[in-house]
Amino acid sequence: MTTILDPTDERVPVARQITPRTGTIEGVIGLLDISKPRGNVLLDELERLLADRFPDNEIRRYAKPTFTKPCPSDLRLKIKSECSVLVEALAD
Amino acid sequence: MSKTPGAFSLRDLEGEVRSFPAGRPSLVCFAKEDCATCNLVAPLLEAFHRTWGEHADVWIVAQARDGAEILRDRHGLTLPILDDSALRTSLAWDFESVPAVFWTDAEGVTAPVMEGLVKAEWEALSARVSAALGTPAPQVDWAGLPDWRPGCGSKHLDPDIHDRLVAEAEGSPIRARKIEVAASDDVDEFLFDQGFSDGLPLVAPTPERVLRMLSGTTRDPQDVVAVVPPNMAPATVEKVAINAVMAGCRPEYLPVVIAAVEAVCTDEFNIHGVNATTMGASPVLVVNGPIRHRIGMNMKLAALGAGNRANATIGRAVRLVIRNLGGARPGGVDRSTMSNPMKFTMCFAEWEEGSPWDPLHVERGFRPEDSVVTALAMTSGPVQIVDQESRRPDQLAGTLGLGLEGMFLPKIRRMPVDALLVVCPEHIRTLTVDGDYSKERLRARIQEVTSRPLSEMVSNEVSGAGIPRASAARMTADMLATLTPKFADGKYIHIVVAGSEAGKFSAAFHGWVTGAMGSTVVSRKIDC
Repeated sequence: MTTILDPTDERVPVARQITPRTGTIEGVIGLLDISKPRGNVLLDELERLLADRFPDNEIRRYAKPTFTKPCPSDLRLKIKSECSVLVEALAD
Repeated sequence: MSKTPGAFSLRDLEGEVRSFPAGRPSLVCFAKEDCATCNLVAPLLEAFHRTWGEHADVWIVAQARDGAEILRDRHGLTLPILDDSALRTSLAWDFESVPAVFWTDAEGVTAPVMEGLVKAEWEALSARVSAALGTPAPQVDWAGLPDWRPGCGSKHLDPDIHDRLVAEAEGSPIRARKIEVAASDDVDEFLFDQGFSDGLPLVAPTPERVLRMLSGTTRDPQDVVAVVPPNMAPATVEKVAINAVMAGCRPEYLPVVIAAVEAVCTDEFNIHGVNATTMGASPVLVVNGPIRHRIGMNMKLAALGAGNRANATIGRAVRLVIRNLGGARPGGVDRSTMSNPMKFTMCFAEWEEGSPWDPLHVERGFRPEDSVVTALAMTSGPVQIVDQESRRPDQLAGTLGLGLEGMFLPKIRRMPVDALLVVCPEHIRTLTVDGDYSKERLRARIQEVTSRPLSEMVSNEVSGAGIPRASAARMTADMLATLTPKFADGKYIHIVVAGSEAGKFSAAFHGWVTGAMGSTVVSRKIDC
């Protein structure tokens, strides 16, 4: 861990900020199943809701071979190159 | 050695917490295993412990955990050996070499005894403590010890460690918020992500680096140098130092950065307007006086360009202060239409020794031996003025005038706007080929050669800029024939000397809105 000193006037909390929410989504929406039980059920429902709300966006499904290991790098690259946003269903 | 060392709690090798003061007499000896003298005194301390143990604590405070174990095993020690591998207690007790011995008497008064090994003093200590505790003298083979051995440098003074310890210690001058960057995070990327950067990589402002930077000034780290708009944030010396670290400054540059921040944050300079204008203005910093040489600034070949750390990082540090403390960022308060690379950095030194004139700071009322930084709000530059043919002084001065004529737009004249003319050494030689050629004469010549009839300023089919046709229609022929120079007054032309001794290329910076509505040139003496 590295400690640095704040160069600003400290009016804004320092933290990794989440990406600003714009209310819209452009491009392909990815849904990643990590292969935990019933993750597909959650993602099926989510896909239905997203398709209703964002009819113009393509939705693509992905699945990790197993939840016990990190996502294979080729799958990670594939998702990164194809999608603008990704929803990952983490647990059962 | 501290005469009033503070309390501590350290674990011994068995994991038991040992706290000082313990409420009874104690002998505390700091040591490290790779110090030959420490190894000489370790058996002494063990003998003391065996003799005095019921009445007093005898502790070794080891400066490394594995070193503590080595000392124990090497000498068969049974006395408590405390782990100060964090070195915070060593720092607080403020000694230079080990072994360092402190005695605390029954009244709780602690006194430093000695560093190193002076046999007579150790014998005296043994006798004195034994008498005080009412014990027999410890069994020590005094004859087998040398009379004197120096100690070894304490580990807490290791240059790699000391600055961090001081930065983290109680009483550290550091007050800025500390930001922990996770081990899995890339520090360089984190600095970009936080918006601290001007677009180029930054040096991570770690506490130890900031502490080293603060060594460049005698000013209190919490002194407020200036209030930086638009956030109106107080720029303490510490905050300026943090940004100076990020910019890549060395500590000896800090006084220049501080003076420059003071200068640009004055009401006269008006950094708020300079930042905000769609024209894209930025401070150009000119450094004069002895500090130029002391910190190795460039004033000769490539003086206005890349390659010199002091020039590059001082200007960048000022920009980062404005960005990070003031909060002026492109797209926020910085509304530059085009902006310009001076918004990264623009700082150079005048080559006073190559100038026939008073240097800029003397002209502005300072003494030659003063070190001074002058801030000028400029929107363009450096723009080269090329003349390899002129051989007469007035010809060359005429060239410099014509070189300035394009400022903003050639047809705009009588401008109450600053310009900074940087005359190169070869052009100086031409100007002075017949003897003295004063700055006043040069200014007058610039005004002379740029004078054109007012009629040339009137809006026309070539360019709609200038005097509106309706206004021109109300002027008499005589009025329209009036010769009008580029500048409303010669005082707007600031002149310095810099550049390589080879090459007939001078340069000009073009100003912004000069005066109360815009920016006025400000100089500040550098506190060094």
